[in-house]
Amino acid sequence: MSLFEVKNITVAFGGVKALNDVSFGVDKGEIFTIIGPNGAGKSTLFNVISRIYEPSKGEIYFENQNISKTKPHNISKLGIARTFQNLELFENATVLQNLLLGRHIYKKTNILSEVFFTPSARKQEHEYRLKVEEVIDFLDLQHYRDTLINGLPYGVRKNVELARALCTDPKLLLLDEPSSGLTNEETIDLGFWIKDIQSLLGITIIMIEHDMSFVNKVSDRILALNYGKILASGLPEEIKNNADVKQAYMGE
Amino acid sequence: MRFIFKTKYSQDINIAKHNGDRFWYSLLILIMAALPLVLDDFYLGEISYICILSIAGIGLMILSGYTGLASLGHAAFLGVGAYTHAFLLTNGIPFYASIPIVIVVSFLVGAAIGIPILRLTGMYLAIATLALGFIAEHVFIKWEHFTGGNRGLPVPQPEFLGMSFYDSVFFYYVCLVFLIAAMFAAINILRSPTGRAFVAIRDSEIAAQSLGVNLGLYKALSFAISGAFTGLAGALLAHYIGYLAPDIFNIFLSLTLLLLIVVGGMGSLHGTVFGAIFVGFLPQLIAICRDYLPSSIGSQPGLEPMLFGIILVFFILYEPLGIYGRWIKIKLFFELFPTYKRQTFKKQKVFTKSDRV
Repeated sequence: MSLFEVKNITVAFGGVKALNDVSFGVDKGEIFTIIGPNGAGKSTLFNVISRIYEPSKGEIYFENQNISKTKPHNISKLGIARTFQNLELFENATVLQNLLLGRHIYKKTNILSEVFFTPSARKQEHEYRLKVEEVIDFLDLQHYRDTLINGLPYGVRKNVELARALCTDPKLLLLDEPSSGLTNEETIDLGFWIKDIQSLLGITIIMIEHDMSFVNKVSDRILALNYGKILASGLPEEIKNNADVKQAYMGE
Repeated sequence: MRFIFKTKYSQDINIAKHNGDRFWYSLLILIMAALPLVLDDFYLGEISYICILSIAGIGLMILSGYTGLASLGHAAFLGVGAYTHAFLLTNGIPFYASIPIVIVVSFLVGAAIGIPILRLTGMYLAIATLALGFIAEHVFIKWEHFTGGNRGLPVPQPEFLGMSFYDSVFFYYVCLVFLIAAMFAAINILRSPTGRAFVAIRDSEIAAQSLGVNLGLYKALSFAISGAFTGLAGALLAHYIGYLAPDIFNIFLSLTLLLLIVVGGMGSLHGTVFGAIFVGFLPQLIAICRDYLPSSIGSQPGLEPMLFGIILVFFILYEPLGIYGRWIKIKLFFELFPTYKRQTFKKQKVFTKSDRV
């Protein structure tokens, strides 16, 4: 049984079907990449999974539990974290505060204990910080802890967003174009980190990506979408040689 | 320049980040406590009023400055606090019991209003809160049993700790203590997960949601907390005014609060105090200026709202971070002297923000 399953998802915006009867499953511990030309429905798929869009049809299962009706803010409690294509960081907060928000789902204090900042609130802050520091060490963000997001270069921001997602201690990580806007060196680093997230932290990854050499290097399986439909799915080599995929990307 | 060597996580959690903080803020509190020795009743009254405005400002700051939700009707909460307090005191409830009740009532009123109203965002939320202000003013007029309607409601000035509220020195200390307590409460909220969730909602709702922040709940909570602070300020304001009439809590008071947080500096608690000093003394300043202006201008009615408006526009255009923002720049100028560069605070072009998800 797969860790994560999408069954017959259809999303229609008026007459446009952004996703048309898409089904696939992702096994535990896998790096699963979704590729496709612009407008193929990749980001729509992510937004359906994080419950920002309502699917017109179909169900999503995570650990055999139907999450198609779960509230958007409860998705991360189940263990699904995500990053965004056009960074959605808290711009006027420091890196540390951004990462601490990643621990929000573990909040135990109520508003009264926070107003008086009771010892339990202080203890909770310490516990949050311990986990955040682990992630900071993992992604080499030590240097930026107290910097405002506003003042950070793009590559570091991308990294902070990945770190914030990791702070939630997810079982499934959704990465929306993690390498876009990164330099070659940063992309290579990212490749190592993604492999490490898979092997050291045991997190399953679904990733949307355009950089094919990067995709081929890190992915275990690939799914190709075009116009909301599945073109092909399989191992990287299979996809590379698939006639439909070639046609969608390069034309006749 | 000061470099802070961090060896414990507590250093990031503590309110005072270093001994300099501890020294200056303690000194400030000492000076504030010693003020009655040198100032006469008039100035003590003015400073008490500034303390009250600051508390209300903290309330609006949490809502607008930290959660990013506009409110143009915050005088309604001042009214709720003031009338509730006056009503309770009239019915013989002692001061120390009345204040907590006022805070709870304003909190609940804030939550009750917040839950439906916060489905709106941006401009529509501003209009809805504007309407809230008018509705509240109307309720204060019509609900005569509770508010005395247009006849007004005298505020009893009971004894508290054996002192009378007519004593301006005592009232000054009461306001000061409440301001300090409110400050600590606000700082504590803002350094806890709830405060961070507010900031998250302000900067990116969609990311906040994906990290497990229940948007509806936290927006309503922000409105309720904001209401509680403003309600407390209202209770103190009732003592300050002495006689409540519905038209005190009008749109102009709401706009004064808005001016307070914008001029003080959006998103900073320091800003509430700076802003309160500014809007507290501004009417006096205008009154003094009137004497020196030619009588054709000086005796014009409506000079105040006009100046308030101009100042608001001026700050939004030239110093969006308010007086506190300016203070930070001045401080940095001296820390880095002589290597300070004007470019440091130049606004960066935003190249990553878009409406796409």
